Amino acid sequence: MNVRLYVWQRLTAAIMVPLVLVHVALIFYATRKGLTAADILGRTRGSLAWASFYGAFVVAVAVHAGIGVRTVLAEWSPLNERGAGILASAFAVLLLVLGLCAVAAVVLP
Amino acid sequence: MTGGARSRRKRAKEGMSDSESELTVSLWRGAQHGRYETYKVPLRENQTVLDVVTFVQRHLDPTLSYRFACRVGMCGSCAMTVNGRPRWTCRTHVSSVAKSGRLEIGPLQNLPVIKDLAADMRPFFEKWQQAQGAFVPSRTRNDDIAPIKPDSAARITADAAIECINCGVCYAACDTVRWNSDYLGPAALNRAWTLVNDERDSATTQRLQAVAASGGCHACHSHQSCQELCPQRLNPTASIAALKRRTMWAYLKGEI
Repeated sequence: MNVRLYVWQRLTAAIMVPLVLVHVALIFYATRKGLTAADILGRTRGSLAWASFYGAFVVAVAVHAGIGVRTVLAEWSPLNERGAGILASAFAVLLLVLGLCAVAAVVLP
Repeated sequence: MTGGARSRRKRAKEGMSDSESELTVSLWRGAQHGRYETYKVPLRENQTVLDVVTFVQRHLDPTLSYRFACRVGMCGSCAMTVNGRPRWTCRTHVSSVAKSGRLEIGPLQNLPVIKDLAADMRPFFEKWQQAQGAFVPSRTRNDDIAPIKPDSAARITADAAIECINCGVCYAACDTVRWNSDYLGPAALNRAWTLVNDERDSATTQRLQAVAASGGCHACHSHQSCQELCPQRLNPTASIAALKRRTMWAYLKGEI
């Protein structure tokens, strides 16, 4: 971990704090109100706001988790820093692709 | 040799067990690979762990290697692992650490072992230098002495961290040092923080660059073993946290 990665990890953590709170509140709302999948898709499809919200969430998660996994691999596995960086980057890209696919599935009309 | 010493030596050699008057002491013997060997040492009032090791070396096995100098908690030479925790042995009373009359004493962890209880401190001091731990004066001997107000914020901040004796206890206690061989460690980073707050020093930028690189202050997980076990009751975790903030702002401003 160097100062550049530290700044990115803290920045993405700061971004995620409000996003996580809204996301958790949303889950409570959806389950308590008994919204169906059709109800939810009806509100998210074509919505630029939800696309931006969850798009930002996915990007922040991918960056934040990628840096964290890199540290874990560098400290706890036989990989050196470079190897840990490559593997963690691949993991971050996987999170990004899977996350963006999920966002696309609920926001694209 | 006094009659008492002769009697103790005889009893120790014979391995007589007297739980009220004797300690059972296991000492690491060998280098990186070795084993613990057990000795019987007479229990004395106000006895320190260093006293115990010295007794073994002087009365039971003169081949035992260990390191000490001042015996009063100033030089930082005598740190060892005592019952699993790093401690300065000259100021650690047996009564505060012995469990059921037993002591296990080994060399400091996270450092190579030279022999028996003597750890090789070179990696510790090399990292100290890597963190730019040496003072770089901004004035020459021909200039006036820099006036530093004792109540200035920088002086107070430096004061809080400056009494390090480089015993290596924090380095041996640190999980991050154990996991990451590049990590500079608590003592080196604590030293860097005192110099960052030294108004007379002229190498702040280089120092911030050194501690902001991989293996620097941002590798710290804030487990706080260093501040829990520091015999000087310093708080290297706080110094490292301050370095994290300082280097982050320097990085965002493009200074490093």
